[in-house]
Amino acid sequence: MPRRRVSSTVNLPPFQELLDAHGRDVHRFLIASVGRIDADDCYQETWVAALRAYPNLRDASNLRSWIFTVAHRKVIDHVRARRRAPVLAGDVPETADTRATARDEPDDGLWTLVRELPSKQRTALALRYVADAGYDEISAVMGTSEDAARRNVHEALKRLRTEYQQ
Amino acid sequence: MSIEYELRRTAPQPSAPPDLTDAAAAAGLLDVAYATLDSPVGTLLVAVTPKGLVRLAYLDDAGGEEEASVLEQLAASVSPRVLASPRRLDEPRRELDQYFSGQRRQFEVPLDWQLTRGFARRVLEATARIPFGSTSTYRQVATEAGSPRAFRAAGNALGSNPIPIVVPCHRILHSGGGLGGYTGGLDRKRVLLAVEGSTAG
Repeated sequence: MPRRRVSSTVNLPPFQELLDAHGRDVHRFLIASVGRIDADDCYQETWVAALRAYPNLRDASNLRSWIFTVAHRKVIDHVRARRRAPVLAGDVPETADTRATARDEPDDGLWTLVRELPSKQRTALALRYVADAGYDEISAVMGTSEDAARRNVHEALKRLRTEYQQ
Repeated sequence: MSIEYELRRTAPQPSAPPDLTDAAAAAGLLDVAYATLDSPVGTLLVAVTPKGLVRLAYLDDAGGEEEASVLEQLAASVSPRVLASPRRLDEPRRELDQYFSGQRRQFEVPLDWQLTRGFARRVLEATARIPFGSTSTYRQVATEAGSPRAFRAAGNALGSNPIPIVVPCHRILHSGGGLGGYTGGLDRKRVLLAVEGSTAG
């Protein structure tokens, strides 16, 4: 007889299923958010945090949104840690305080500009164009209204249009 | 040019994401690690917990099970923290390879018995004591498990052995010398008995 889990009545699939289904998109979302150099660390932190919380999850109906929510939090932690990190000698001082990436990041063209966007716009845009998320999912992941999600994407696109086409 | 199109076209395409299993294990979160491997009795799924080998399943339609359903069972009955990790299965894999090539008569990999309990566990523990190349009977293992008359229940316990091959339920035959049954089909039972040089069946 299968043992009853104390905390959960939902049937959680084997964790590997999540990893197989969403690992690649989460990795791409993190590259878009924090750059290639730091994405691997964020990726590992995301999945280890998810693995820790997983058995206590009470709702398994949208695991994709859940894992992106965890990834989004790791991006926020990462940006905070980077802001606190000492500025190396010879570096140009930061102008945008939401800048998330390391300075020796390879140039990703348009996506380098994305990383310079304010964090909410950057996250909304990455979810939309890397993970193909709808506005409902973006709002769920970021804890905003759907209108705010739409506005963040819209503002991001507007800004990119002017900056990219210069 | 549409910026939306350009965003999709140039979206980051990473190489393989980093492996998680070391970080998961270091954090004490790798509750079930599994891998599949090839053997003379077909593809096997092997799963370990930090305590030891917890599950071995035959994967194919010739009397075997489906990988997804074996993993779902593990998620429901052991822990949903189930991850593929071929490297963590190196030891059982090595011992199984040696067994099939005739270089190993006894498995040393520790066992995690948590998928069995009560009488079934006692039957399987008695089965685990039957040496390589020997056979026993349903009645005999029932007796050793404390209920000589429960040989049918012993048969059920053996039929749902979570760790076949390593817990050698293939060594149990009918008292009259008939092959009896086998989880994974009688063809596999014959192969395993042949590996051990048993003439029975």
